[in-house]
Amino acid sequence: MVEKRPLLDFVTHAVLIVGAFVIAFPLYVTFVASTLSLDEIMSVPMPLLPGSHFVENYSQVLFAGSTGGSRAAVLDMLFNSMVMALAVPLGKISISILSSFAIVYFRFPLRNFLFWTIFVTLMLPVEVRIIPTFKVMADLGLLNTYAGLTLPLIASATATFLFRQFFMTIPDELAEAARIDGAGPMRFFWDVVVPLSKTTMAALFVIQFIYGWNQYLWPLLITSDESMYTVVIGIKRMITGGDAANEWNLIMATAVLAMLPPAAVVLLMQKWFVKGLVETEK
Amino acid sequence: MEKRVVFRSAWLPYALLAPQLAITVVFFFWPAGQAVWYSFQLQDAFGLHSEFVWFENFTALFADPHYLESFKTTAVFSVAVAGLGISISLLLATMADRVVRGALVYKTILIWPYAVAAAVAGVLWAFLFAPSIGIVTYVLKGFGVDWNWIIKGDQAMLLIIIASVWKQISYNFLFFLAGLQSIPKSLIEAAAIDGAGPARRFWTIVLPLLSPTAFFLLVVNIVYAFFDTFGVIDATTMGGPAQATQILVYKVYHDGIKSADIGGSSAQSVILMIIVIALTAAQFKYIERKVQY
Repeated sequence: MVEKRPLLDFVTHAVLIVGAFVIAFPLYVTFVASTLSLDEIMSVPMPLLPGSHFVENYSQVLFAGSTGGSRAAVLDMLFNSMVMALAVPLGKISISILSSFAIVYFRFPLRNFLFWTIFVTLMLPVEVRIIPTFKVMADLGLLNTYAGLTLPLIASATATFLFRQFFMTIPDELAEAARIDGAGPMRFFWDVVVPLSKTTMAALFVIQFIYGWNQYLWPLLITSDESMYTVVIGIKRMITGGDAANEWNLIMATAVLAMLPPAAVVLLMQKWFVKGLVETEK
Repeated sequence: MEKRVVFRSAWLPYALLAPQLAITVVFFFWPAGQAVWYSFQLQDAFGLHSEFVWFENFTALFADPHYLESFKTTAVFSVAVAGLGISISLLLATMADRVVRGALVYKTILIWPYAVAAAVAGVLWAFLFAPSIGIVTYVLKGFGVDWNWIIKGDQAMLLIIIASVWKQISYNFLFFLAGLQSIPKSLIEAAAIDGAGPARRFWTIVLPLLSPTAFFLLVVNIVYAFFDTFGVIDATTMGGPAQATQILVYKVYHDGIKSADIGGSSAQSVILMIIVIALTAAQFKYIERKVQY
């Protein structure tokens, strides 16, 4: 800070406190609602201090599911979400580190064409090609499978682009030295490129983990079988009708469970997360 | 940018590219091509018979008042989400950049929504604003506001805007904060010595230097409002009431999956693709300009 301005300092904190309050309030209410009984929530206005049904609500959703809409146990949904949140970043990282290595370190016919073939996928999110992608998945028999859940999301160029940018910054001397020492391209890849890329991989992993975990439209289309629901879909399926007909205590408990893993990743790996975010988008 | 030192192999680069190319072709080019193909066809409801109709699906779309209405809805929604999201985050980031005490606490709270799925964000706000039991509804009633987004279109729109902005603030906030922290302190100090107060410094130094970040975020936020808010809408209003919140991407889903109008939905997909390509081209222009600096 350049100079002392007590009034401005006061305004600064006031703005931040209001902002933090608006951001945190829905999260707090969600947690409170997940510890109340349904009757307590229905009594307007609902209490704003945590109740005594924490264990009851959470064990109900984790092992038995809700009684109204979807009856799948949330524990299974969390497992499906975890599969998706791990498969998407791992798949993306492994296929794109290979392809960007090929594009940066080799000269071959069709190189530019193939690069743009991959690169153009940056432009079109899954949302714009819903129906045909769904048809393709149905033709391939991939509905209600983990492969169907994850493969189409792996087909994206963000990671390839990022690795390419990073490889460009690796000094040429390293490749030269490797060649003089008689190392082939794959030896160079494993012993030099992969270790140097660890930071980029970690940053990508964090961003793509959250991306995979929070997917909505795709799992909604491709999973009709309750045992394949991810937790985000599960919440939606628990909402059955008008606002008074829902088991809000169970929905909110599920919402808390759905938020915790990505929030933990964001908060614990804050450094990687910010780096990954600011760099993947550049 | 090209590498000076390269390896030689007739087959290895193709083998390295093969996995990504295979996935890209099967899950990207094949469906995208089909979208274009279907958009020129008229199918019966059971998909048994189809007929090539050239641009009939497109002309039908632009003659359809619902589709034009959806364009307007999308415009209102995305301008509101991008405008509010960017200005609120800029305010918070400027403030967070000033504080020393408690900075980590504020930052930790403010980035939390990034981890929340769009659909979950929708459910949280739908719960707060629920017409009969919502806690905010209760407070609003105290002020004499009759809140029921299930039957009132403008309130439904307000709800999805609030939920979408809430979720996107973290992202914008982090980018603005990174931008603010990269502004050289000496510039600010020099201006302060010359007698410029905080407000003057913000308008004449900070804001111009942040404008590339702001432009980048504008494109990202519009793309976000166009596509990623699908979860917010499907978990809350489902396009209703009376299509008041049916943005373009929701209409693609609704017409294609719920009404099984493959041709019409594909034509809408093609139009959306063109919009995204235009937006991405704008973004690339910006990236190129930044690289030259």
